Amino acid sequence: MTRDPRTPEALSWDTFIQGLWRENPVFVMLLGLCPVLAVTNTAMNALSMGLATTFVLLCSGVLVSVLRNLIPRQVRIASYIIIIATFVTIVDYAIQAVSLDLYKALGAFIQLIVVNCIILGRAEAYASKNPVVSAFVNALGMGLGFTFALLCLGAVREVLGSGSLFGLSLFGPDFQPWAVFVLPPGGFFVLAFWLFLFAVVRKRLKVTESSMEERTNAA
Amino acid sequence: MNQDTSSLPQPMPASSRLIITLCLIAMMSGFLVVLTFNVTEPRITQNKQEALEQAVFAVLSDATVRSNYLLDSSGLVALPDEDFARANVYAGYNEAGEVIGVAMEGSARGYQDIVRILYGYSLEKECIIGVTVLQSTETPGLGDRVETDLGFLANFDCLDASLNEDRTAMRNEIVTVKHGKKVHPWQVDGISGATITSKAVGNALRGSTSQMLPWLVKNKASLDRKKMSSKTTGLH
Repeated sequence: MTRDPRTPEALSWDTFIQGLWRENPVFVMLLGLCPVLAVTNTAMNALSMGLATTFVLLCSGVLVSVLRNLIPRQVRIASYIIIIATFVTIVDYAIQAVSLDLYKALGAFIQLIVVNCIILGRAEAYASKNPVVSAFVNALGMGLGFTFALLCLGAVREVLGSGSLFGLSLFGPDFQPWAVFVLPPGGFFVLAFWLFLFAVVRKRLKVTESSMEERTNAA
Repeated sequence: MNQDTSSLPQPMPASSRLIITLCLIAMMSGFLVVLTFNVTEPRITQNKQEALEQAVFAVLSDATVRSNYLLDSSGLVALPDEDFARANVYAGYNEAGEVIGVAMEGSARGYQDIVRILYGYSLEKECIIGVTVLQSTETPGLGDRVETDLGFLANFDCLDASLNEDRTAMRNEIVTVKHGKKVHPWQVDGISGATITSKAVGNALRGSTSQMLPWLVKNKASLDRKKMSSKTTGLH
């Protein structure tokens, strides 16, 4: 794995990239599917949800990492949940302050970030065992990976289901929107499509990698 | 890469330490939440007020000034502008200070959840002159057409909502009928494919008008006191 020369030893490029690709929370680990299916009916909702989750991931990751030696194991989950809930509440207020329309569109899914297993999973599996910078980079990678996945779904669903992208009409007034794509079943269809595509690409890459390795070994 | 020492058996820390840790984290959390609340509150209130302002002027298209009132069985009380959240009647005035109409809220159960609407009522014409949806989680592409379907919105150019002779109840209760079956001026022509949501809009109107209009008409005179010098206008 290539290493970014600017980062300290313990921190590798992989810390960041694993959330985006190798361990993408949605396409590989299939975590947090509730918001993935529910709020991706438009690209804007998907992006906002992704960024809100990324913010919570980053802040809770950093704080859990800072406090990792102070929190006794027995109360760690309770502590993590309080920390996560705090940042979710902050995001909740922040979104209301930015735009009420967006707040209405995301509905209860903002509050439900608290129980998003990606965040608790990162806090438990990574931030509580690693220094602050690593936790930050890892959370950023995971958050962006989640946002990327939401955007992939949101863009396809909005283009097919509403004939627009980020609210901009693409096909003119004569386009008959494919309403099923903005409805819940559309979420499943599009998710299945992306999972398939992701799996195929990953498999191809693996095959190329192993054949390259074989060639270098032979040489 | 990481030395995982946490999996080794460790002695149980004293309960007091657990309690203190949780207390400190909870206090920090409380501090952060209160801080954020204080920072964002003015902006959130302003957003809510702007959204309300927009909704009121959307259903009372000729109005330029709004003031808030609280209406119940005991009468109609004017509220200061900061108190907009407590109000249930928003009167709209034109530049000459004449009452254009009032905007009131109604709500009814829709397909997914409660649909909350704001409607404009003209006291002079005794009809509903505009409806806008304040809150709905209806199905995109189907139920949410009540917000955009021009044919449906045309119901509210002047939907009859007049009171009976002794001004105590509606002459005809508002009701949603199937698309194309509207024959009376108090009927709402529904949307096919959004039957439940368009019914919810009709039910919300029926519920609110039959309760509020008799009270409103009784206290109509209190609305007319509006002077243009009054400071109860909204945001500009």
